[in-house]
Amino acid sequence: MNGNSSLVRRGTAASVALLIVVLAAWQWGPGLLGIPTFIIPPLSAVFDEFLRMLAVSALMTHTGVTALEVIAGFVLGSLLGAFFGYVLGMSPTAEFALSPYILALQIAPKVAFAPLFILWMGFTLYPKILVAILIVFFPVMVNVLTAIRTVDPDLVNLARAFKATRAQIFWKIEFPASLPPLFAGLRIASTLAVVGVVVGELVGGNLGLGYLLAFGEGQANTAMVFVAILMLTVVGGIAYLAVILVEQRVLHYLPRRTLSGV
Amino acid sequence: MSDVVRLEYRNVTMRFVAASGKALTAVERVSLAVRDGEVVSLIGPSGCGKSTLLNIGSGLYTPSEGEAFVDGERVEGPNAHVAFMLQKDLLLPWRTVLENVMFGVEIQRLALPERRRRAHALLENFNLAEFAGHYPHQLSGGMRQRVALARTLAVDPSVLLLDEPFSAVDAQTRMVLQRGLAQTLKRAGKTALLITHDLLEAVTLSDRVLVMSRRPGRVIDEIRIELPQRDDPIARRREPRVNEYVARLMDRLDISHAGQPAAGASA
Repeated sequence: MNGNSSLVRRGTAASVALLIVVLAAWQWGPGLLGIPTFIIPPLSAVFDEFLRMLAVSALMTHTGVTALEVIAGFVLGSLLGAFFGYVLGMSPTAEFALSPYILALQIAPKVAFAPLFILWMGFTLYPKILVAILIVFFPVMVNVLTAIRTVDPDLVNLARAFKATRAQIFWKIEFPASLPPLFAGLRIASTLAVVGVVVGELVGGNLGLGYLLAFGEGQANTAMVFVAILMLTVVGGIAYLAVILVEQRVLHYLPRRTLSGV
Repeated sequence: MSDVVRLEYRNVTMRFVAASGKALTAVERVSLAVRDGEVVSLIGPSGCGKSTLLNIGSGLYTPSEGEAFVDGERVEGPNAHVAFMLQKDLLLPWRTVLENVMFGVEIQRLALPERRRRAHALLENFNLAEFAGHYPHQLSGGMRQRVALARTLAVDPSVLLLDEPFSAVDAQTRMVLQRGLAQTLKRAGKTALLITHDLLEAVTLSDRVLVMSRRPGRVIDEIRIELPQRDDPIARRREPRVNEYVARLMDRLDISHAGQPAAGASA
């Protein structure tokens, strides 16, 4: 226990020190190396731009829109992925029939669908959510499918020997056994949802951090691009953290793992 | 021990289709009967179909030929008369010890108060009461196996099918667990079919030992263990006659000769 807490203390100290070094390098490094500010604006310029965008560019509105799309895409994509994972996991015939198409769709780069969805649905929020759904779907589905496939058959036999119904086997064995891999999939999904949404916003529309990214690029406003990237990281980080918090509550029965959760 | 037969196999043959596509006979024309309150061990070389017999008894497999009976009823599928326990404890990691013990009775839809009453009584019995709220990963291997036994007993089966229940724990824990099992079986008057590789375990825990042949498995010998104190295998271990029984089992299983250099042995 003692060694562990000292590891946490030393690790935290090193982390904070590294942060300070990076921020300082960001602030003074470009000037010292003679890098022009339109390539790498110093930290203070990015912070000024952040304040300006808060006041003038409705930064929080754009962030809110992106966050909303991320949440919608993540929730819907995860639900769909989990649903298909369970159905295919329990029906070998369905899996056999559908696997080539699923594989094809999984290989196709999902973000390439963004222009198509915008053609279909216009410059609304929906195409962005749809890209996120598509990109979130696969890691969740594959993890659930594998989890259901690899449930210990002896556990299922144990339940069967007690005369369990198919529904009981699912709810008392297969579903709880699938939760750890499901959450592993959700963690990946939470970060991918941001990717899907941003690509959608980059392609078309005038809302969201992806739009600000494209707009800043058009204006050669590098600081604006930096602000958008930072805000996207914050949105993704909050989504990831939310998954971890839920995971720790749901999977509380697992032996304590390292809290880093990465 | 009465003369009521609790578990019976009549001419049971089981064939599987192997991965190569060839039919494989796991057990052939096995007939055996276990009377009420009796503990019978089944020993034999690995792959001789012992576990197949257990799966037939618990109704998970349907035999290719012949039939199994439990409590005089033909086994048509899983039924409440039998419960099995394997080498793996099969505890559900997301359930507490108490919830794990209640797993079987919960599936059988017993009322919650009755479930709790049974589970608490069994945990009390196995000295696990203080661990009721623990999760399986917090327990030792021996404790986990005791929880598994409690779960098996919670459904109050008339026949227990035990497939190498203690082979995954260390030798000392195993002796303690064996004694716990023997006492429980005696006290509750349960009937049990025990599959084991451990000849000493077979002799010290059983009323009878059945020896099976190599595949296709058949019952080739029956040895009645005429030792006192079936409820105390540790005391039985001290009996000199135990060695005679073990020696006889080794002979029947051809263990003494297996793996010896064929020629040059001083005969």
